[in-house]
Amino acid sequence: MTTNRVTPWLLVAPGAVLFLGLVLVPLVLTGVLSLHGYNHTTGIQPDFTLAHYRAVLSDDYYLGIFWRTFRIAALTTLICALIGAPEAYILSRMRDPWRSVFLLVIIGPLLVSVVVRAFGWSMLLGSSGLVNQAMQALGLPSTRLLYTETAIVIALVHVMLPFMAIPVWTSLQKLDPAVEAAALTLGASPFTALRRVVMPQVTMGMLSGSLIVFGLSASAFAIPGLLGGRRLKMAATLVYDEYMHELNWPLGATIALLVLIANLVIMLAYNRAVEARARRTLG
Amino acid sequence: MLKNGPVALLFHTLVVGFVLAPLVVICLVAFTPENTLSMPWRGLSLRWFRAIFDHPDFVISFQNSLLLGLLSATLSVAIAVPAGLAIDRYSFPGRDAINALFLSPLIIPHLVLGVAFLRLFALLGATGDFSWLVASHVIVVTPYVLRLVLAALNGLDRSVEAAALTLGASPFTVFTRITAPLILPGISGGWLLAFINSFDELTMSIFVTSPQTVTLPVRMYMYATESIDPMMAAVSALMIAMTAAAMVVLDRIFGLDKILVGQR
Amino acid sequence: MGFLALQSLTKRYGDFSAVQDLDLSVGKGEFVSLLGPSGCGKTTTLQMIAGLVEPTSGKIMLDGRDLTHEKPNKRGLGIVFQSYALFPHLSVAENVAFGLEMRKVNRAARDARVKDVLALVRLTGMEDRYPRALSGGQRQRVAVARALVIAPPVLLLDEPLSNLDAKLREEMQFELSRIQRSTGTTTIMVTHDQAEALSISDRVVVMEAGRMTQVDAPYRLYENPATAFISSFVGKMNRLDGVWRQGGADIRGVQLPCAPSEMSENTPTTFAIRPEKIALCATGSGQIDGTITNAFFLGDAWLLHVETAAGMVAVSMPNRGEEPARAGMAVGLSWPPFALRAEGPAERPS
Ligand SMILES: Nc1ncnc2c1ncn2[C@@H]1O[C@H](COP(=O)(O)OP(=O)(O)OP(=O)(O)O)[C@@H](O)[C@H]1O
Ligand SMILES: [Mg+2]
Repeated sequence: MTTNRVTPWLLVAPGAVLFLGLVLVPLVLTGVLSLHGYNHTTGIQPDFTLAHYRAVLSDDYYLGIFWRTFRIAALTTLICALIGAPEAYILSRMRDPWRSVFLLVIIGPLLVSVVVRAFGWSMLLGSSGLVNQAMQALGLPSTRLLYTETAIVIALVHVMLPFMAIPVWTSLQKLDPAVEAAALTLGASPFTALRRVVMPQVTMGMLSGSLIVFGLSASAFAIPGLLGGRRLKMAATLVYDEYMHELNWPLGATIALLVLIANLVIMLAYNRAVEARARRTLG
Repeated sequence: MLKNGPVALLFHTLVVGFVLAPLVVICLVAFTPENTLSMPWRGLSLRWFRAIFDHPDFVISFQNSLLLGLLSATLSVAIAVPAGLAIDRYSFPGRDAINALFLSPLIIPHLVLGVAFLRLFALLGATGDFSWLVASHVIVVTPYVLRLVLAALNGLDRSVEAAALTLGASPFTVFTRITAPLILPGISGGWLLAFINSFDELTMSIFVTSPQTVTLPVRMYMYATESIDPMMAAVSALMIAMTAAAMVVLDRIFGLDKILVGQR
Repeated sequence: MGFLALQSLTKRYGDFSAVQDLDLSVGKGEFVSLLGPSGCGKTTTLQMIAGLVEPTSGKIMLDGRDLTHEKPNKRGLGIVFQSYALFPHLSVAENVAFGLEMRKVNRAARDARVKDVLALVRLTGMEDRYPRALSGGQRQRVAVARALVIAPPVLLLDEPLSNLDAKLREEMQFELSRIQRSTGTTTIMVTHDQAEALSISDRVVVMEAGRMTQVDAPYRLYENPATAFISSFVGKMNRLDGVWRQGGADIRGVQLPCAPSEMSENTPTTFAIRPEKIALCATGSGQIDGTITNAFFLGDAWLLHVETAAGMVAVSMPNRGEEPARAGMAVGLSWPPFALRAEGPAERPS
């Protein structure tokens, strides 16, 4: 093959220019914005200050929201793992056509707008919603579900489940089904076969799924916006309010950047841990 | 073949019920004849579907989203196909960096992208401008297309292209006659995935749309935070129907599981 | 100078020489095989001729024309790839017509040529099939047809038969040979199967670690392997270590007649003899006596392991419909005097 120096650059140039201009530049501008002072009457100040970072990282109100965001994201991740991994395993043991049909059912909702799904849950969980009606029919006391953390977690689990099921499913696809059967013929009990042969694969998928689910849950916007109401804020809805209602852009930018940094740090640390583990299990 | 036991099947039934419940409820409530969100116990009615057309803002938002999706998906294909070819076929300094740059929107929360675009557009005086909105969506959806294009190129037997070359085809003819048709499923799958993602995008768009360019998800979000009536259910049901149709197409041309692997 | 000539052709990847100073001259209409173990540089050589790999140095001449720096799409050679590389989205006829289309041959002439060449490879009636609906052997023939239809001056085949099962491979060897003979196309075929190289080529080029070590007609290659590597790589060989003494072999004290050689007296030497050159006879009447330890039935032949004073010797006998011998029998072994050859100095003295 002849080596060509110019062609690859010509091919990537249009995209690269667009991405540099619209990914790097705005992020830098936002970083600069977060360093500007803000005054409620005169707006964004020309001076530079770390005041917003100091405020956000010391104020109990913001820290409380961050803590709630973390808690909800972690709980969502845990529940997704507990539901998604076994479900993926069950799917992998089904026969076609059921297997493809149910795979579509489980991961298909991924393509349905989050607003639609959040709205569906607000109907189900509302005070006169189906869940409450069912509870009353069973003689249980009516409970307020909507606008609680429970509602947010339920809906987040619903939205995030595919992100857990997909990586587990793909790692299970790499497992030769004969291997599990071989373990059984060698005298392993079904439980031992599951633990020794299937679990290591599932765990790898679950670990990468957890990262995605946690990251997306921590920055989720529509679900807390529609199911948490005005009072129960998470990081993303907080940023939205700072921008749209308080009009304090520098503070909003500060919070958004902190979300980004936390996301990246967690992602890197986690990736490193998972890679170390993969090296250990896969030799 | 190993079989699932009864406990597994019960678990599976519950999960499927959980996944489908909100979607099914929406589709049922959309047909209610009542004035409130309620199940259509007393017969079906299309009144809330008709009501959509009394809300021109919804119709306009739908058109905005449709145009936005078509334009951004098409532009992202125009960017991702050449970029994918360069990344897959050549080794050049900065290749990994460029690849990371193109995929970076996948690891930046949409919230942060929205805030960042808002700042840029405000400084450019372009807030609410439709072409800048398109550009912002191109950024968000290009990684999906690029990933599918790269996967398609990766799965291509390179000796097929070498064969065409030795039979006398010019490099350009090799691309148009051999490479392009063979990666077409990847490209069209990427286009559709980009369209759906653009059409559904809320978190970033809510920061950068203006009253004239409001997209359908943003309109629905605003509407749902203020009042909730069965019309929301009707709009949602239509979106579910559209998505289901797109899903079937995607599944046919590429296999849904392959397309969605690792997507976020 | 031959029709196709490679002159000190060399390909280096960094410090590593994939092909080193290859000189080869191929006559018009000749069928030449490149034979060698995996990784010895066969594909690299072929791809340099095709123009898909750029040589580090050296020259490629075709009929007096310098091809070295010609683009692959301008060389006009026919190539059959190891994976066949059929265009999966085109039918058999479209695959075969592709090269003609690139040459702007008009439709009628194109269809006629495609029809002829498909008849040549016995695929008439398969025009509208797609590659995925063909068997391995049919795909291979489409690939050959696609390469031949442009009437290339040289046909290059990279392990064209390695993906086929043993029986089909044998059939296709003769098929390839028939097609090559009927078109008279100069052909270079890469293979790591020595039987294949021997059976269908006019000459065999043996490569070891990027270098060419012998070029000869199959029969001469088999009878006079130039290196110890070739003697064990091509066909089966008994190898016995001994000493060159008084114009013959002395193996563990047993004196045996041997083909003349340049060895000097008392040099430790490896002696070699093909199993099929040895015949069984009554004890005492052959060159050496021994006891059969194992008898393997191979269908068309018997393979006997005979323990002798000179060491273990494998003997191959054609199957004539009766059991020639059993394990445990004492037998004599005889061979034509010059069948035993001094192959070279022994690696370690005996
Ligand atoms: N692009 C490359 N970079 C570095 N080394 C290479 C490259 N291509 C081939 N090689 C090396 O060159 C040597 C010869 O490769 P080649 O493909 O010609 O072998 P081959 O004889 O065709 O083997 P096989 O029978 O396995 O196909 C191998 O050791 C291979 O590893
Ligand atoms: Mg090879």
